Amino acid sequence: MSLSKIKFDKKIVLSFWIILIALIIAAPTLLPVFRLNLLGRYLSLSIVALGVDLIWGYTGLLSLGQGIFFALGGYCAAMYLQITSSSEFPNNIPEFFALYGVEKLPFFWEPFRSPVFTFFAIWIIPALVAGLIGFLVFRNRIKGVYFSILTQASLLVFFNFFNGQQKLINGTNGLKTDVTQLFGQMVGSESMQRLFFWITAILVIAAWFFAKWVVKGRFGNILIGIRDDEPRVRFTGYNPVIFKTIIFSIAGGLAGISGALYTVQSGIVSPQFMTVPFSIEMVIWVAVGGRGTLLGAILGAVFINYAKSLVSEALPASWMFIQGGLFILVVTALPEGVLGWIQGDGPRNLLQRFGLKRKIETYPSLEVNNKEGNNE
Amino acid sequence: MNNKDLLNLIDITVSFEGFLALNKLNLNLKKGELRAVIGPNGAGKTTFLDVITGKVKPTEGEVIFKGKSLVGRKEHKIARLGVGRKFQSPRIFENLTVKENLEISVTTPKSPLNLINKSIKDEQLNEIERLMKIVNLAQKVDSKAGSLSHGQKQWLEIAMLVGQKPDLMLVDEPVAGLTDEETDLTADLLKSLSGENTVVVIDHDMEFIRRLDSNVSVLNQGTVLCEGTMETIQKDQKVIDVYLGRPED
Repeated sequence: MSLSKIKFDKKIVLSFWIILIALIIAAPTLLPVFRLNLLGRYLSLSIVALGVDLIWGYTGLLSLGQGIFFALGGYCAAMYLQITSSSEFPNNIPEFFALYGVEKLPFFWEPFRSPVFTFFAIWIIPALVAGLIGFLVFRNRIKGVYFSILTQASLLVFFNFFNGQQKLINGTNGLKTDVTQLFGQMVGSESMQRLFFWITAILVIAAWFFAKWVVKGRFGNILIGIRDDEPRVRFTGYNPVIFKTIIFSIAGGLAGISGALYTVQSGIVSPQFMTVPFSIEMVIWVAVGGRGTLLGAILGAVFINYAKSLVSEALPASWMFIQGGLFILVVTALPEGVLGWIQGDGPRNLLQRFGLKRKIETYPSLEVNNKEGNNE
Repeated sequence: MNNKDLLNLIDITVSFEGFLALNKLNLNLKKGELRAVIGPNGAGKTTFLDVITGKVKPTEGEVIFKGKSLVGRKEHKIARLGVGRKFQSPRIFENLTVKENLEISVTTPKSPLNLINKSIKDEQLNEIERLMKIVNLAQKVDSKAGSLSHGQKQWLEIAMLVGQKPDLMLVDEPVAGLTDEETDLTADLLKSLSGENTVVVIDHDMEFIRRLDSNVSVLNQGTVLCEGTMETIQKDQKVIDVYLGRPED
């Protein structure tokens, strides 16, 4: 059973949206600043999760390197904020340069003086990098576990590079954004954080609709075809390399947007965004929420991260065990993820087990006979 | 080789680390021909299809299709030139519906931009309707292909092949696992397709091959042993020796 078979009443859909929009508008007054900020950060993570769902859930490409593109987006945003807020510092360049005796701004910082350039760079640079890596890998027909290993290796390369470049991007310390200025206000201020929360909420919805548009129709069907049987797609006359490059690039762009939003709400971007566990966590959010459902990716990212912060506050050391257990539970008991389970026959089967719902009438004898007849 | 030929395989040799899967194989197909290819296990039947469709690059030899060499071309380019293939076990997209499967096959051009930007053309929708009627799947339009019976999957794949409008159809064991009735219908379907299309059928089922009433090529140890009608083939001593049973038996 698929989602298309469950027909939601129009009124229910409409009221869902009204409640959702009302909640988004009201959230800043309902939640304390600290919680609001957390929610905003987790919502921004759901955008990178949407990208993971597109490449993994739909196209079957398990990337363990989405942190690269996430961090690139974050760095683009942070560089702009740092450079536009550096007028009081020596040489009019960001403060950290003085620590390493750098007096002249590195050339690649220059374009980030422009807000327009930065606006595009946040998603186009990660998309281009993803497209390039993807094209090289897919052209050589590297897939499956080799693809995953390669993306993880790339992640480590990027991590080590960013970690070591103090004179270019402040290395392991990263770039702080909370004390920088945007539109004449401090980025870390309450009013700015409220604004970022709304922007994030809107962009999550926009990214969701965009992803739905991408997977709808024949383009999305080809992605599913590539996931299920790539050679067959090829023998039908399609070039899977181009399709995979496009979708990997889209996921990279989404990761960039996600990283930028996360950076301005957490106040810093650093090579920590490119650590191995973080990129694996992104996959876990999608696996738990439900692969190939899009909405599952959003819910997975938000709920797991919220649970993480709540559990960590109460029992600081236990979160890793819970997360590991959650992943094992999903892999063994709910391979389609929570949303996939709900959309499928899961709840009905559970109710049946407790005798609360009658089984659907079938004619097992007839089915068996039919199968035997075919095999003869 | 002459101009009426659609496909020429010239001295094709395929060597897998010393093992000769195909050994100086020569085969010519005329336009509109229906050709059956038989041979014992390991004779190189599937490798022969792999070479034409670009999955395997021949170690030596030349494949000429519509006057162009196919050697070294990518699979999707060969498919776009007009070579369609049906696999041994039904290879359909099980998570897509019958209609979506057929959409994938009839869509042209097969570029991402066309797929994401434009909706499917009316004539392509009509073609899908027509195909679904031919293979009796009209009632299953919106069913997941994975829920079809084995025979229906075979037919869906044949419909997908036809929907691609290839000049050359390569059909690998289309009746494996089908009932007698379905086998007969498949034979009739393939016969009706030849004439306009060139069809190569690979199969073990002698009754089925006889029903096709076509020229037969017998492969053995990677080379063409003999060619002719079913009657000539069955009288040929070499064929009897390697395929239909050894004299000692």
